[in-house]
Amino acid sequence: MKFFQLVSLLIFTPIIFASDTIKVKEIAADVYVHFGKHELPNNHNHGEIANIGFIIGDKCVTVIDSGANPTQGKALKNTIQTITSKPICYVINTHAHPDHIYGNRAFKDAKVKFVGHHKLSRAILTRSPYYFTKSKEQFGNQLTSADVVLPSIEVKNTLQLDLGNRILELTAHPSAHTDHDLSIYDSKTDTLWLSDLLFREHLPVLDGSINGWISELERLEQNSYTYVIPGHGALVTDWKHSLQPQKKYLLLLRKEIRLLIQQGKFLEDAIKTVAYSEQKRWKLFNEFHKKNISTAFAELEWEE
Amino acid sequence: MLFKTYLTSAIMALALIGNAHATNDENIWQQELHQQYFAGKNIEESNEIIKLEAPYRAEDPALVPIQIKSQIPQTANKYIKKITLFVDNNPYPFVGEFELTPASGKADLAMRIRVNTYSYVRAIAEMNDGKLYMSKTFVKASGGCSAPIGADLDTAMQRLGKMKFKLQPDTKMSEPHLTQLLISHPNITGMQMDQVTRFIKKSHFIDTIKVTFNDKAILTAKTDIAISADPNFRFYFIPNTTGTLKAEFTDTACESPTSRKVCTTGKSYMQTYTIKP
Repeated sequence: MKFFQLVSLLIFTPIIFASDTIKVKEIAADVYVHFGKHELPNNHNHGEIANIGFIIGDKCVTVIDSGANPTQGKALKNTIQTITSKPICYVINTHAHPDHIYGNRAFKDAKVKFVGHHKLSRAILTRSPYYFTKSKEQFGNQLTSADVVLPSIEVKNTLQLDLGNRILELTAHPSAHTDHDLSIYDSKTDTLWLSDLLFREHLPVLDGSINGWISELERLEQNSYTYVIPGHGALVTDWKHSLQPQKKYLLLLRKEIRLLIQQGKFLEDAIKTVAYSEQKRWKLFNEFHKKNISTAFAELEWEE
Repeated sequence: MLFKTYLTSAIMALALIGNAHATNDENIWQQELHQQYFAGKNIEESNEIIKLEAPYRAEDPALVPIQIKSQIPQTANKYIKKITLFVDNNPYPFVGEFELTPASGKADLAMRIRVNTYSYVRAIAEMNDGKLYMSKTFVKASGGCSAPIGADLDTAMQRLGKMKFKLQPDTKMSEPHLTQLLISHPNITGMQMDQVTRFIKKSHFIDTIKVTFNDKAILTAKTDIAISADPNFRFYFIPNTTGTLKAEFTDTACESPTSRKVCTTGKSYMQTYTIKP
């Protein structure tokens, strides 16, 4: 066992080549997105499954989500440097899930400020022991306390960041996908970077509040945007239409669970029966649906 | 690069096989738990007194629904006096012990637990004559004890101490009646603690629960960190008269998730429910 530990340590230690970059797409003027694949985090993709990217202003660049590990973070940084010579001034983390934050270390620099929801630090700190173990066992990432990078700018309600002739409006949301979701709006291109508040093709993953998530979607549905960037899935160019599948899934999940609770049924019953009509519409349904039922049930059984 | 991928997969595969072997055995039970909790006593492995049911693969390791189905009625002459639960490979294997009485009518129990790694879950029934019977089942899970404390921590903390009884509406007064007790409590394991800020300082969990009907004990339990956040218990009692169903619980905070030597007594909470014919 000792031998394997040694060998695996050597193999999993990321080797960073200065030339490594990742594929990004300029979806609007100076707004770049790397689109992740719809896979479970595993030992081949090393957890690199989320949409991440950056926005360039006249003065400087902000990163939005840094990736799943320092290697992906470094590759994102290299990519930025091949596209612009402007300095990176901010790294915004949309929430604490490991596919979004563990590239942070690659950006650590006195000139770079890390930005997040005011509950992001707590979420990162209380979750990191769990994610580190999981990340090592399942995705082949060796994360350490050096990978815990907390925000120095915390957003309580909203905050404006100026990248030079480009003002981004950040919004801290009430509990929805997680209890610390942050979104970014770029008025210059009318782009809303929603991250995991919106899933497309990939089954939405509930880790916050089903009631909160539905009401945030209903609120945002009233607005119109030229582009919306989901945390997982393709770019949205028809917002009101594209948010419907996720809204429908969450509404059905809630409706069927509430009905079972009214009938005096239990979590075990819900896991077997709730919202399976949605199975064919989503990728990774079998991987996340039952967990979603558990999380939603635990919330809804406390409704009066 | 390709070679590296293959080698990595091979090593991961070996590591997984190693783990599965290490956990799918009786060592912890035979060498530690049996001695510690039932020293010198014979325990018969059988599903004829109680049968433990749990999902083979846990979808959410922090919320694993388990059921104990009794195979005999609770009568004054012969009844299940106590059911003790363990998860062998949890950092603190003791889940809880649940004392029952003939007043339950039926000794079934259901609850949600945390399972930290591949492990046997076992339930030991002690009869009123002192005989012991064990039912066990294997659960594949990962990270249940260090998993984030519920999805929405602030809501959970605000609601701490709230309780709800849920009874089926079609109560037949002379028969054992399925009753659900919901308790709002984050039941913090202490394993979510971060070394930097110590935001989560220590474990904080429910250690005793007592349910009575007209002051007669129905369920008396000692519980620990393996009980999921917002504990949810199902049990039976016979509501054969007008009266008051009452639940009380206390909580505690311990310095270490795996030791009960240094603990501070917490608060107590109470909730009643009126039973009408």
